[in-house]
Amino acid sequence: MKPLRDAFDRVHPLFAKGGILEKAYPIYEATDTFLFTPGETTEGRTHVRDGIDLKRMMIMVVVALIPVTLFGMWNTGYQANTAIVQMTEADVPIEYDWHNTVHTAIGLGHDPGNFLDNFVYGAIFFIPIYVVCMFVGGHVEMVFSVLRGHEINEGFLVTGLLFPLTLPASIPLWQVAVGIAFGVIVAKEVFGGTGRNFLNVALTSRAFLYFSYAGDISGDKVWTAVDGFSGATALGQMAVVEKGAIESLSQVQYVWGETGEISWMSAFLGTIQGCVGETSALLCFVGALILIATGIGSWRIMSGVVLGVIGTSLLLNFVGSETNAMFEVPFYWHLVIGGLAFGLVFMATDPVSASMTQKGKWIYGILIGFMTVLIRVINPAFPEGIMLAILFGNVFAPLIDYFVVQSNVRRRVARYAS
Amino acid sequence: MSQKPVDVLVDPIVNNNPIALQILGICSALAVTTKMETSLVMALAVVSVTACSNLAVSAIRSYIPSSIRIIVQMTVIASLVIVVDQFLKAFLFDISKQLSVFVGLIITNCIVMGRAEGFAMKNSAGISFLDGIGNGLGYGFVLVVVAFFRELFGSGSLFGITLMELDRNGGWYAPNGLMLLPPSAFFIIGIMIWVIRLNKPEQIEEA
Repeated sequence: MKPLRDAFDRVHPLFAKGGILEKAYPIYEATDTFLFTPGETTEGRTHVRDGIDLKRMMIMVVVALIPVTLFGMWNTGYQANTAIVQMTEADVPIEYDWHNTVHTAIGLGHDPGNFLDNFVYGAIFFIPIYVVCMFVGGHVEMVFSVLRGHEINEGFLVTGLLFPLTLPASIPLWQVAVGIAFGVIVAKEVFGGTGRNFLNVALTSRAFLYFSYAGDISGDKVWTAVDGFSGATALGQMAVVEKGAIESLSQVQYVWGETGEISWMSAFLGTIQGCVGETSALLCFVGALILIATGIGSWRIMSGVVLGVIGTSLLLNFVGSETNAMFEVPFYWHLVIGGLAFGLVFMATDPVSASMTQKGKWIYGILIGFMTVLIRVINPAFPEGIMLAILFGNVFAPLIDYFVVQSNVRRRVARYAS
Repeated sequence: MSQKPVDVLVDPIVNNNPIALQILGICSALAVTTKMETSLVMALAVVSVTACSNLAVSAIRSYIPSSIRIIVQMTVIASLVIVVDQFLKAFLFDISKQLSVFVGLIITNCIVMGRAEGFAMKNSAGISFLDGIGNGLGYGFVLVVVAFFRELFGSGSLFGITLMELDRNGGWYAPNGLMLLPPSAFFIIGIMIWVIRLNKPEQIEEA
C-alpha cells in the first residue's frame, strides 16, 4: 500500500487549490478516501459517538445487498434456462441474442440443474445492467460534484446497486441509462446532492421507467430472459382471477418454464419469476439482519411496514369482496410475493428520505405497509404497490416528523406550565 | 408608474414570466401541452384574451366602482373568452374539440385576472394592451416549450409530423409514456425554471 499512498501524495499538489487540476479535486478526493481512511480529524467542539461515517455506512448496505444480488443472478439464469430447455424440447424456435453468444463462448450450456449454467447466464444479463447504471449515474453525479465543488461519495454505490436489482433482467439497457439519469438529476442533484434527496433515488428512477415504458415494466407480466416468453406474475395472476386468489397460484400457466404451482415456500425462497433482486424474501431477511445488527437500517421502520401489511390485509380479509379475489389474500402471502420484502428492507429504510424521529419511523412504516396492500388489492391498474407506497411515504416523512416534534413540544409545554 | 412600452411587452417573456416566476396558470399548462398544435392555439387564445381584457378594463377603469371591480373584470373576461371559444368552434373545430373545456377555463386563468386587476386598473389603455400581449406571450412561450418536449418525446412528432418513427409502427423510437401524462409538464416546467434561474440568479427566492 505504501507505493500507492506515495503516488497519491505526489499528485496531490496538482489537485489542491491553485493546482492545474483544481476543478477535478472531487474526483481525486473520492478515489483517495475510497482506498484510504481519510487523514483529517474533526475540528471544533464535536461529540464523537461512533467512528462510522457516510462511506462506511453505504458500504455496509452494499454488503447487505450481496446475498440478494448473487441469488438474483442465479434465479434469472435458472428461470431462463428452464424455459429454454422446454422450448427446445417442444421445437419452438428461440431467438438468441448476444447474451447467449457470450454464454456459449464461455463454454456453458442451458441446464437448469447446473448451478454454474444458471449463475453465469444470469450474470451475463445482470452485469451489463449494473455497469450501465453505474457508468451513467456515476458520471452524472461526477459532473454535478465537479461543477459544485462537492465531494463525490459512496451514496451512489448503493443507489447504483439497488436500482438494477429492482429491474427485470430483460430490460433494454438504454432504458436503464435514461432511468438512472432521470433519478439522479431530478430526485437528488436538483435538491442539492447526497443527503438532500427527499425521495429515494433508486425508486424514483424506477417509477420514471414504470410510467414511461409501462409495457416493459409494470409488474403484471413476468420477464424471463428468453424471447417469446410471457405469462402473469404471482400478483398479476391473482389480480385477474375472480375467486380463489391463492388457489389460482397452484395452477399458474406459463407457456414455458416452471409451470404449475407457486407455493408459499418457493415464493419465500425466491425461485419464482420476478425482478432480479426482489424474488427471495429469505435473503432480504438476511439483509435486514445485517442492517439491523450494524445499526444502519431502522428496525422500527421495518417492523412498522410489516405491521401495516398485516393489519391492512387482516382488515381486508375481514371486509371481503365478491368480485375482487385480492381481498382474501392472507398477510403471509403478501409478505413473500412481489417486491415487498426487498422494498421494506432496503428502500423504506433509506435514512435520508425516511422519517427521522423514533415515533415518526413507526408511523412512516405503518403508512407504507398500509398503502402497499391498499394499492395491491383495491387498485386494479397496479398489481404491485410497494414502489408507489414508499414514494408516498417519502413525501409524507417530513410532515410526520413535524407533527411528532410538535406533539412533543406541546406535551412538554403542558408539563412545565403547571 | 411610467414604464417603457418595450419593457412592458418583453419583460414578461423571461424576466417576469407569469408561469416560471409568478407560478400562475399552471393547470392549463399541464392540460393542453401534449401537442404543439393545441398549445399554440391555446397560447394565441390567451394572448388575445389578456390583451383585449386589459384594453377594455383599462379603458373603463375610472368608471368602475371599486367595490364591484372584480365582477366587472370577470364580465369583460368572460365575454372575450366566449368570443374566442365561438371563433375556434367556427374556424378550427378539430382543435377546439381537443382543447375542450380548457378554452372556457381561460376565464379562471389567474394570469388574465391578475393582469386586469394588477396592471390595467392603474395604467392607460395603450400600455395595458401591450402588457396583456406580453404576459400572454410569456405564458405561450412556456406552453410551446413544454409542448415541444412532450410531443417530441411522447409521440415522436412535432405539429403532427412524424420525426422519429415509433416502434409500434415499425420505427426505432420507443415513445416515453410519461410524457403523455400531465405530471411530465411539472418536470419540464421545473427544469425550465432551473435553467432560467441559473442565468438570472436575481429570480431565486430567499429561503
